[in-house]
Amino acid sequence: MSRVNFAIATALLIALVAAQSVMAQTPQTPARGQGQGGRGGRGATPPEPPPTPRAGAAIDLTGNWVSVITEDWRWRMVTPPKGDYVSLPINAEAKKVADAWDAAKDTAAGDQCKAYGAPGLMRLPTRLRISWQDDTTLRVETDAGTQTRLLHFGDWKPPAGGPTRQGNTTAQWEMRQGRRGAPLPAPEQRFGNLKTVTTGLMPGYLRKNGVPFSEKTTLTEYWDLLRQPTGEQWIVITTVVEDPTYLTRTWITSLNFKKEANGSKWDPSMCEAS
Amino acid sequence: MGAKVRRFGMKTCALTAVAMLASTPVFAQGQVEAAAAATRGQIIDLAGSWANRLHEDWIERAPGPHIGDYSGLPINDEARAYADLYQVSMQNMPERQCILYTSQYIVMGPQNLRIEPEVDPISGAIVALHMTGTVDRAPHTVWMDGRTHPSKNSPHSPGGFSTGVWQGGMVVAQTTHLKAGLVWRNGVPHSDQATITEYYARHGDMLTITMILTDPIYDEEPFIRNATFELDPQTRVLPEPCEPQVEIPRAPGVVPHYLPGENPYLNEVAETFNLPLEAVRGGAATTYPEYGKKLRSTYKPPAKCTVYCCGGTGLTVPNTNNAACREGDAPPNP
Repeated sequence: MSRVNFAIATALLIALVAAQSVMAQTPQTPARGQGQGGRGGRGATPPEPPPTPRAGAAIDLTGNWVSVITEDWRWRMVTPPKGDYVSLPINAEAKKVADAWDAAKDTAAGDQCKAYGAPGLMRLPTRLRISWQDDTTLRVETDAGTQTRLLHFGDWKPPAGGPTRQGNTTAQWEMRQGRRGAPLPAPEQRFGNLKTVTTGLMPGYLRKNGVPFSEKTTLTEYWDLLRQPTGEQWIVITTVVEDPTYLTRTWITSLNFKKEANGSKWDPSMCEAS
Repeated sequence: MGAKVRRFGMKTCALTAVAMLASTPVFAQGQVEAAAAATRGQIIDLAGSWANRLHEDWIERAPGPHIGDYSGLPINDEARAYADLYQVSMQNMPERQCILYTSQYIVMGPQNLRIEPEVDPISGAIVALHMTGTVDRAPHTVWMDGRTHPSKNSPHSPGGFSTGVWQGGMVVAQTTHLKAGLVWRNGVPHSDQATITEYYARHGDMLTITMILTDPIYDEEPFIRNATFELDPQTRVLPEPCEPQVEIPRAPGVVPHYLPGENPYLNEVAETFNLPLEAVRGGAATTYPEYGKKLRSTYKPPAKCTVYCCGGTGLTVPNTNNAACREGDAPPNP
């Protein structure tokens, strides 16, 4: 009899411990903006992957955006004097090239767009128009210099041929919530960022006053979407430029673009060398 | 005796079971749920020492902006009037030496940053993110435990009062209760009614902090600034002790300043860089691309650089007044 009682008590304890464990692991209904994966993914049927990068976008970058120049104003809003390369981790060779900058010469050679290559372009005062060209290509247009960057998702391969002004850009979403295999949240509940890597660039200028970057440059960008409590939205791009030819280390900056209601202020202009 | 022991054992087991049964819902819905809710979304770790590389705004953040240079700041006439009277030597008055820069100086100053999470010892949840003070910048704490902001009548401090939430891989914080302070070290102010929305986004070993300062007293529009730091365990985050001393003897009651209209340096930056005076006086309109287009019809860059011309990104101050660059100027950043 005592053995039976002891066994019953032991079983009761085990059952309670198990129940406690289950209760502690019961997934809670996630609130907006919080992780969606929760626990309990093990054994669940893996969800279908998003059909396209467009449908599975971590954040919505499409729309009209304007650069608000509150940083490095004198180096971005206007062309700084020759030899003004403060803030840039450049080497002696780059200084030599920058000191020889001649805007008139660039214009005469038809090279007015050297400051409008991707590493310099995004720092210029410009508006952006971002749209999906197709399900795997995000199109970023600037009214400054009337340039177009194409951000390619998936297993896109650069075309054969030489370097171009905007180079070849691969893109991927970096989802920042949930667990692998968890269902994709609704678009308004997703958080994450876009990472892009650009190579195949023609030599150009990091600044309009002739501070150079070479064809060996790699541009890595992290695009974050900030939502203000007021409803205002901003894109902040953390930008990393690597250039073994002219930089002593990576050049790291961050840029901001404010969302506009429409494209009424879109004002395309041609490249200018100075 | 043996039966008593067995009965005692039975009673103990039963009581323990009842106690656990009673406590289970409390534990599951209390600590565990709170901890889970608090840590849900914590996909990034912000802890560590972050190095400020000063790859943009070097002049404003390292040696300090020129007197009268308000370019890129969406300020109004009130702010200009305040800044025009400012003399930087005001800062070395003993009673002002230890007034710390406010939290917006994290993205406006030159210093490095150390972030230390405060972890609840029971639940493991992050209760707060402490950004240590350094040199002349106030400590800044972002509370992550869901507490509310204090009454509007509560005291203000240089660090302000901040609460944050995890939003995907980002921390989003709201800061109120700031003391009045300087946005730039040439006297451009923010008021004690200013608030800040802060975004902390980590990408690998980089941390980009965006601060959007809203000031109904001195700004025409919210003022956005970003700074990107690199994780660097070897970086130095200097402490902030301050012992006021007499640096310049002055008669009691003397406060360095200019009276309205008497600051002789307000045109200097415009003249040095061939810019119209209105451009360097700031204002929201001057921060948009259309203002650049307007300037380009008349602007001619100076023929060559005359100030800070050795390049570089370090905290050392390279040449001024067009002196020749010396060996060792503008060392490459580590």
